[in-house]
Formats: sequence, C-alpha cells, structure tokens
Amino acid sequence: MFNNVPNALGLPSYVKRVTSADQTWPPSLLRHFSLTVDGNLAQVRHVVLVLSGKGGVGKSTITTELALALRHAGKKVGILDVDLCGPSIPRMLSVGRPDVHQCDSGWVPVYTDAEKSLALMSIGFLLEDPDEAVVWRGPKKTAMIAQFVSDVAWGELDVLLVDTPPGTSDEHLAVLENLKKHKVDGAILVTTPQAVSTGDVRREITFCKKTGVRILGIIENMSGFVCPHCSECSNIFSKGGGEELAKLTGSVFLGCVPLDPLLSTCIEEGKDFMQSFPNSATFSAISSISQTLLDSLQTA
Amino acid sequence: MSNVPDNANEHCPGTESDQAGKTSSCQGCPNQKICASGATKAPDPAIAEIGVKLSTVKHKILVLSGKGGVGKSTFSAHLAHALASDSTKEVALLDVDICGPSIPRIMGLEGEQVHQSGSGWSPVYVDDNLAVMSIGFLLSSPDDAVIWRGPKKNGMIKQFLRDVDWGELDYLIVDTPPGTSDEHLSIVQYLSSTHVDGAVIITTPQEVSLQDVRKEIRFCQKVKLPIIGVVENMSGFVCPSCKNTSQIFPPTTGGAERMCADLDLPLLGKVPLDPRIARSCDEGKSFLSEVPDSPAAKVYLNIVQSIKDYCSNRVTEEQRSA
Repeated sequence: MFNNVPNALGLPSYVKRVTSADQTWPPSLLRHFSLTVDGNLAQVRHVVLVLSGKGGVGKSTITTELALALRHAGKKVGILDVDLCGPSIPRMLSVGRPDVHQCDSGWVPVYTDAEKSLALMSIGFLLEDPDEAVVWRGPKKTAMIAQFVSDVAWGELDVLLVDTPPGTSDEHLAVLENLKKHKVDGAILVTTPQAVSTGDVRREITFCKKTGVRILGIIENMSGFVCPHCSECSNIFSKGGGEELAKLTGSVFLGCVPLDPLLSTCIEEGKDFMQSFPNSATFSAISSISQTLLDSLQTA
Repeated sequence: MSNVPDNANEHCPGTESDQAGKTSSCQGCPNQKICASGATKAPDPAIAEIGVKLSTVKHKILVLSGKGGVGKSTFSAHLAHALASDSTKEVALLDVDICGPSIPRIMGLEGEQVHQSGSGWSPVYVDDNLAVMSIGFLLSSPDDAVIWRGPKKNGMIKQFLRDVDWGELDYLIVDTPPGTSDEHLSIVQYLSSTHVDGAVIITTPQEVSLQDVRKEIRFCQKVKLPIIGVVENMSGFVCPSCKNTSQIFPPTTGGAERMCADLDLPLLGKVPLDPRIARSCDEGKSFLSEVPDSPAAKVYLNIVQSIKDYCSNRVTEEQRSA
C-alpha cells in the first residue's frame, strides 16, 4: 500500500530520504487527508526569529550562543535553521550529520544531548554530501521551509529560535506564512557597527514592520576587538552603528557583543563557549542579552 | 534545474521538462495548456538579446561566495576602482544583490538616481570610465525593503543586463549576494550566450565560511563557470598598537590555502583585516587611494594584477586557437 506513495519530500536524489517505519504515513500525505493533529508547534511557548538583512554579521553565531545561554538557564530550546544554501548551525553545535527519523507526528529533531534540552533541524542533516550545493529557486525553498515548520515534532519547548539567511525574500516570507497559525513573539536583529551593515538592517526593520513582526531588539555584534597581547581596543568594523540604528528606528538596543577569537574558535569546533569561558566579557554580554530576551518574552 | 511555477500542482515535473503539461499531475493546473504547447521549453528570448547587448563587453567577472559578509562587495568595488585607475579602460560594476545592495554606499553614490534614455537605462558614473548599476539607485529611501520572491528578482536581473546602456566596456564586474539561488542561477542563465571570463570566490579563513564556499565552488562546476581563483579575506589582524597578529577568524581547518590545495584552485591572495577598510567603505571612498601603503592595499593590487593577467591570457589563447 505504501509502495506507491511518492517521495513525500519531492527532493532531488542527493538529498537523503528521511527514514521512516513502514507503518508511518508521510506527513505531506497526512496533511492532504487532514489527518495530522495540528500543532507540532502547539507546545512551543515562544518563537523568536533571528534576522539581519546583512550577511556574515553573526546571526547563526548569536542564535547558537543564545540557545546555549537559555539552556544553561534551564530552558528547553529548539533551533530551526532555514538557511538552505548555507546551513551553519549543525557545525556550530557539533552534531555531525545524523539521520533524521520520522515518528507518528512528523520528523524527529536532532538533539545535541541525551537530556534533549536543545533540539535542531537544518537542511544540513538532509544532505548526503556536505559540499553539495542546494541550488534551488524560490518555490522549492518555500516548500522545504513549509515542511520544516509544520513537520518537525518539536514537542515541548520554552523557546524556538529560527535562524535565517540574509535578505528579505522567499525564506523569510515562507517562515512567516507558515507560522501564521502560531504566535511569533518577535525578531531579534543582528548587525555589525558599520554603516554598510546597518544600511541593510534598516530594510529588514521595514520588512518586520510590513509583515507585523515585533522587533524584540537589535544586537551589535563584532563590536570592537580587544587585543589579547596589549588590551588595546580596535574598532575593526567601525563603532556605534547598532545603537544609532536602534535610536533611529525606535527599537530596543539589546547590547554589544565584542569580536572574540575564543568565540570564533568555539563556533568552529562546535564547543559550548558559554560553558568554557564564563569569565569573559563576551559571556557577560551574551548572558545579559539572553536574560533581557527572556524577560521581554515573559512579560509580552 | 527545472522550473516549478508558484501556482503549479503538487508534483509538477517542471516547465522545462519533456513531460511538461503531459503528466497526470498536470491535470487541472492553470499552466497545463502553455506547458503542453512547448512554449515553456523554448529558451528565454532575453538570453539572445543580452548576448547581443553585451557583445561590446570584453571581460566579464563574477564575484561570488556562498557565505555572507566575507567582503564580496568590498572586493568588487575595489577591483572596479583598481581596473579603472587605468584611464584608457572602461569599467562597470553591476550589483545584483537585490535585497541588500551595498555597492551604492561603498562607491560613494548613495542617493543617486538612474535615468532613462532612448538607448536604455543610464548607469551612474563614479568617474568618466567607471559606471555602476544597483537596485539601490531605484529605491527612494534607505528604509525601503525589497521584499521580492525569486521570479521578480530574476526579472530585475534580466533588465539590468538587457536594458542598461553599458556601452563599450573592457570589464564588467558583477557583485552577487551570498548563496546559490535565484540570483546566481539567473545571472549564469542570462549570461549563457556571452563569454564569462570566470568567477572570483571570496572567503574568510574559518571552516564556517569554507563549508559554504565549497558549495559555491560545486555550483560553479555544475554550471561550468570557470574559477579565476580564491581570495581569503579578513586573514589575520595586526594590532596597530603592539603589532602582534591575532587570528580573529581562525583557519581551524587550514583556511583557503588548504581548500585551494584540496580542490586544485589558485589562491589569489590573503587580505588582512584593517579597520580603515571598513571606514573607507562606510564613507564611500576607495581605501586603495585613502591608505595606499596599507598591507591590505598591497595584497589587493597583487590580486587585481592576477585577474588582469588571467583575462588577457584567455584572450591570447582564444586568438591562438582561432
């Protein structure tokens, strides 16, 4: 009976099939027959988008570090990585490329630990070859993201962070359209201090206003570099742009995160920076931002 | 790479497939008649038009990455400045980053507008021999967001290539957004009836960057786009105070050097971090003229020379084989 069910994902051959027990109906078929129990997101208390507009400002890094900070604060966290062309989250959390399994409610997310306190989904897990490019036009990306949002069985989460690619296009519209039924608490915007960066983030702020996404705040990343040899601070990517942008647009300024080679190394190696360097200025900055974020989610 | 329209049925075989309009999945699809007639499989006439329009452009160079924020726009802008420093050369810079157009700011052209004439859209001139086109010039406010899906972005790129009055050019540099999606497919498709010299790939030293850049390299190989070489940007920072070097973006897996060795690609150069680069970009000035003695400027100029040599060697080879 199941032999004639088309590949539920309709994905090209280089994308791994999601493994499923013979008795499980593919989620897309269940949707077709309205058999899904609505609400793979029903037990997710808060959904926060991490946006920028500008590439390479540290969205994935900030998403990862906030997730780790929230987990250390005892929260159950999920990360949905909708950057289909450049999925960075799996490496940053050192989860490798495990198979994605199906259960009755949908796809089981990948957990970083046995306690299941941090759940992930990324296209990185669905690629046979990590160097293979996902060369998809908008409609296919939109369809994949729809499945990520609806078909992943997140279970009970305090916060689901959605890491996005740069821009204001298909992926961003797809995420919002598919989250329409569920509450999106808002978005965090990441920028670097330079005008070239804030110039793009201004447009992302317009995107949020047009689509009705509440702006939870702006983070200025790569904000100064303190030389480990002589402690001189160099403003490699300029200074102050994030705070100015927050003032200009009437948004909350969440704080600055410095350029820190220790953070870069942890991200590279998939190590938990928040656990390894609790005495660093970077740790304080991120902890303070995650606390402010939690407070604003809980009072909303 | 098949095209599935937004309004297509589930399991659409793609408008360019042999089965377009003919499979059971096509029943009831609003596009069925058009697909079955074969019209969708015909090549876009714009491709030939662009081929004619750009026949007066001697060299075309794409600047790609895969990873965002590695310095593609910075590199494109300064490559344009360096090539245009020879006043006998005509240079143009096309920015196809539709959502995040940085080129107007970096080139000091913020607030400029595009004009239309009988021969098409006029690009904005920085100097007599350096022209620029970007969607940034078509937006009336710095807060305007371009919230477009793929097909609309593709249409804009087609117009940039077909409708801009570029004139006779020695070099056309195309700055791209990060990724391997609509913009990249469209640029390659629309330029398919012209000769593209190749792509310069920009990366930073970390694996987080390289893992995306390898995908971009795979993309180039898939679409048969030659790769001129790889530039490793943000390669170390020398503290202006104590002169010690810090690896802010550490090459934990050997950086671009190792990747180029593995993939048999030329490493064009390693550009160090210099705060004056960010400042120049923000102010719309060329850091090659602002701080010509910076180590970064020297590396840039060497890279530009390698690119010029590559382009002229290609011409020589073509003449030899003709």
